[in-house]
Amino acid sequence: MNGFPSDFDRGARNISGCGLTGFVHLDGSFSDGRAILESIALLHDRANGLGAGFAAYGIYPDFADFYALHIMYYTHQRPECRQQAETALAQQAHIEHQEPIPTRPTAGISDAPELWRYFVRPLQLSGAQGDDDRVISMVMDINHRVDGAYVFSSGKNMGAFKAVGHAEDVGRFYRIEDYQAYMWVAHGRFPTNTPGWWAGAHPFTMLDWAVVHNGEISSYGINKRYLEMFGYKCTMRTDTEVMAYLLDLLLRKHGLPLRLAAAAMAPRFWDAIDRLAPGERELQTAIRQIYGSAHVNGPFAIIASNSRGMFGLNDRIKLRPMVAARGNNTLYIASEEAAIRAICAHPDAIWAPRAGEPVVGEVGQAQESENGTTERAGERRTQAVA
Amino acid sequence: MQIDAQGMHYRALNERVREAVARGESAIEIVNVNGQRYIADGLCARTAIDIRGLPGNDLCAFMDGPRVVVHGNAQDGIGNTMNSGSVVVHGDAGDVLGYGMRGGRLLVRGNVGYRVGIHMKAYGDHVPALVAGGCAGDFLGEYMAGGTLVVLGLNGGGPPVGAWCGTGMHGGEIFVRGALEEHLVAHRHVALQPASEDDLARVRPLIEEFCAEFGLDSNAITQEKFWRLTPRSSRPFGSKYAA
Amino acid sequence: MAQLREREKEEPRLWPENTEVAPRAVFPRLHAPPEFLWTHDQERCRRCKRCIMQCGWQALSWHDRVVADSSKCAGCHRCEVFCPEQCITIIPNPQFYKPHDLWSLNHRHNVWKQAESGGVLLSGMGNDLPYVNVFDHLLLDACQVTNPSIDPLREPMEVRTYLGRKPDRIRVAETPDGQVVLDTKVEPNVRIETPIVFAAMSYGSISLTAQQSLAMAAAELGILWNTGEGGLHESLKPYAHRAVVQCASGRFGVHADYLRAGAIVEIKIGQGAKPGIGGHLPGEKVSQEVAKTRMIPAGTDALSPAPQHDIYSIEDLRQLIYALKEATEYTKPVSVKIAAVHNVAAIASGIARAGADVIYLDGFRGGTGAAPTVVRDHMGIPVEIALAVVDERLRQEGIRHLVSLVCAGGIRSSADVAKAIALGADAVAVGTAPLLALGCSLCQKCYTGRCSWGIATQDPELTRRIDPRVGSQRIANLISAWTAELEEILGALGMNCIESLRGNRERLRGLGLDRQTLEILGVKPVGEGA
Repeated sequence: MNGFPSDFDRGARNISGCGLTGFVHLDGSFSDGRAILESIALLHDRANGLGAGFAAYGIYPDFADFYALHIMYYTHQRPECRQQAETALAQQAHIEHQEPIPTRPTAGISDAPELWRYFVRPLQLSGAQGDDDRVISMVMDINHRVDGAYVFSSGKNMGAFKAVGHAEDVGRFYRIEDYQAYMWVAHGRFPTNTPGWWAGAHPFTMLDWAVVHNGEISSYGINKRYLEMFGYKCTMRTDTEVMAYLLDLLLRKHGLPLRLAAAAMAPRFWDAIDRLAPGERELQTAIRQIYGSAHVNGPFAIIASNSRGMFGLNDRIKLRPMVAARGNNTLYIASEEAAIRAICAHPDAIWAPRAGEPVVGEVGQAQESENGTTERAGERRTQAVA
Repeated sequence: MQIDAQGMHYRALNERVREAVARGESAIEIVNVNGQRYIADGLCARTAIDIRGLPGNDLCAFMDGPRVVVHGNAQDGIGNTMNSGSVVVHGDAGDVLGYGMRGGRLLVRGNVGYRVGIHMKAYGDHVPALVAGGCAGDFLGEYMAGGTLVVLGLNGGGPPVGAWCGTGMHGGEIFVRGALEEHLVAHRHVALQPASEDDLARVRPLIEEFCAEFGLDSNAITQEKFWRLTPRSSRPFGSKYAA
Repeated sequence: MAQLREREKEEPRLWPENTEVAPRAVFPRLHAPPEFLWTHDQERCRRCKRCIMQCGWQALSWHDRVVADSSKCAGCHRCEVFCPEQCITIIPNPQFYKPHDLWSLNHRHNVWKQAESGGVLLSGMGNDLPYVNVFDHLLLDACQVTNPSIDPLREPMEVRTYLGRKPDRIRVAETPDGQVVLDTKVEPNVRIETPIVFAAMSYGSISLTAQQSLAMAAAELGILWNTGEGGLHESLKPYAHRAVVQCASGRFGVHADYLRAGAIVEIKIGQGAKPGIGGHLPGEKVSQEVAKTRMIPAGTDALSPAPQHDIYSIEDLRQLIYALKEATEYTKPVSVKIAAVHNVAAIASGIARAGADVIYLDGFRGGTGAAPTVVRDHMGIPVEIALAVVDERLRQEGIRHLVSLVCAGGIRSSADVAKAIALGADAVAVGTAPLLALGCSLCQKCYTGRCSWGIATQDPELTRRIDPRVGSQRIANLISAWTAELEEILGALGMNCIESLRGNRERLRGLGLDRQTLEILGVKPVGEGA
């Protein structure tokens, strides 16, 4: 079993259950990968060792202005894929530097594809596209067209690292402890389809967005077709992919504030909308009417991050667990409180976010904002217990 | 006796606990707990277990007898299908507490999460009771078939219960202290009334028990207005099907 | 009608403003033709009135002769079987409606009924629509010339099966005195003497006497019966060691002793007859004894919500599996029962990795005491397909050894059993068949609780019609007969043990199935040789 996706079924998609954890240093300080490893190790039982990954921000200060593309090549099955990908890349971008991603042999990690990283700047070819859109096209192009090559990270000064294996092993494999980041996210997966495929692990990325996801998207079929209308191509056969693209569409392309993007993905119930004040009611109604196909239905808990910070979000009836905490000027979000306690034994505050309302932590904001707005005293549920 | 759970996998920890119970230990203290699951599952003895640290999911599932005290927060799935005994949590607790609980007590000082008290049921002299000192999330008491659920809203952290409170309820009763917005209650299945003097008298011992555990003043608490939720019918889906 | 026309002259508008005229007075009860016509030969009738007493629906009464209200006849044939003169004939109602290929009479009936009641239509037992049955398009091989068949009467034929998780290899060790012993710890497995077990039918959906018959038969045959979601009745404790005890969403009757008493603990996620939806035992079927066994108050509805509200993702299932394993100290296999749906292969893979030791696949032909007809008839997939894709997926992932596969949903004969095993099952479960052995005629009116045969009812007048000693004998007869036939089949295939047939799709051929279905089944078309 080599786990290459086309060896399997007819394009069916993955369902998986999982554990996730992440934190952002709100004061912009840096830490290495040991803490995130400790945290995700505690969520071991939520995963089954068939997929895990990390996202880290601020790790490439020397190439901060270049897009860091992480690409995996299944050269065993498709010998020319690296060559084809690099050719495509060279045609569309200036490659400032490239190198294999440093790894170490680790028990529990086998059948690794070739792993490379490229620091690039897209060429100014004809057309009015901005750099970001050019990079997206490039990534979609390689993933769709070059059989065997998968770009799994494409943001500036950040990187996703993922593989098949338990999170602790994946972290050791990628030498996570060697990186310094101001924000870390990790995920351990319980996949059922294409279990041997590295690209199927979380996080899923689009530019500097990274999404880790616990749950199953019952609306995947229509979310995918909706995104395809805007030029996104779903190639990873995992429903989480649509989350990453939806965030890019709603937040970057359509410029919606986070609170409304969250409302599109986890909309309020009509009963609740009918009870709102007229202006807000109109707004929320419009969001449901227009973004119905962006509604992510089914149980989910996600942590989504970009260079500015991260947020956690639950589905609108909170069918998946999520706990948030604040301590040491850091916002923590995880599937279980134990994963937070492992790295922050006495947080200043620890609470369970409400369904459909994002918990946000932005770098440079001394206090994280809860529910997408500034903190309101008396709304927080805190229990700083020994 | 004491068990140090530092770095211990849940399977090893629970085996140690079971061995101790089988040996006849009447009191066990487990320290340095963080995230270990399934503690006290299926235990049938009248043992007292003190947990210092954070127990993992599914604490006291299928439990029948022990008294378990958590000196801090707890996670999801406490008291699943619990038959008797008591679980006391001095902090907050998570989602899906007391699922299918048939007897005993689950007392949480702080807030509880979503889908708490689903399908709690009473049977014979088993009458389960679940009390939350703080607030509860959506779907409280869903499918409740018996027993008593009490939410006290003591921590002032917003509305005491969430939406769809009591949906599918067909037995038992839920008491909510403080302000309760009507639209949060599943009216199709639930009758909402202010709690009467008799109702309060009936639930007072439970509240006093709760207060005794956590050193609170039961008089101050029972001064506030209480609401009582009961099922409209023991056959909530009776008219759904054609003859 | 004359009255109606009179009124129309006075008041052209009769409703809704005119509240004095109740709608029913104007609208007669619409078409409600009985399904059956009860007839008997008057001359031969002995006037013993046995038929009147036997009818659970009180369709018959005495007015100097037997008089039938055919609208109450369920077509269960209890009266006909008990008539000493055999003079009763139950025929389809000859009332004739203009045929319509799209709007069958059945569809029309349903619409009339729903206009009347505004309710969900219910049915009992399994899907009866003419979907393609895959078993009927599979043929078994036989040995000839190049490979000898085996005569089961003369030679040993082994059908013993073990259900549970198995390691993928064994390790041995040597003792100091040179003996080789097993070093691998094999997880708990349950032995059954033939690869057939009884499907889950709860006490509440069926009578205690029917369940006792199943339990006694299982004990005698050395196989398993299943408590369903109704708990374990006191009287059945002696048979608990042969029981699969179910932990379903209502958690009825689930407590630590119950879990420890059974041979296997089963988490019920779904059921073939009603995938994705829950169950509902109406209060009138919750008698004192049913309530006691389920540990709920008598007369209340027993609601089994869907989904299990503590399982919203695969890791939640794993959590419940291990909570049960902890509570039973890892001494017995944990089974997970699921309905066969489109992505059953992925689900099964997840379940195997979540720690289950047995996966029970229930296909869309599976039976039930009550399900909404639309769900029973239009949701789910055939178990033959589910079995094929699950077995294949688990093998591809190298995890087939983690679980035993039990499949159910329309197993009608030993031929179906053999074909299921050839497709990959470790065992099959049967529900409808043993009920037929108790007298059931598949009238599908289980949801009324008036079963004349005493099976799907709690009325003591009816349930006492089953003597469990006799009932269990009849059921045991059936399973013994099928086992003997299975042995004949194995012999004809040149095998003397069931392991050689298990997953051996090479011994099946498809007749009249399209290429894609054959590919999915992993079966060659007839005509293709080795």
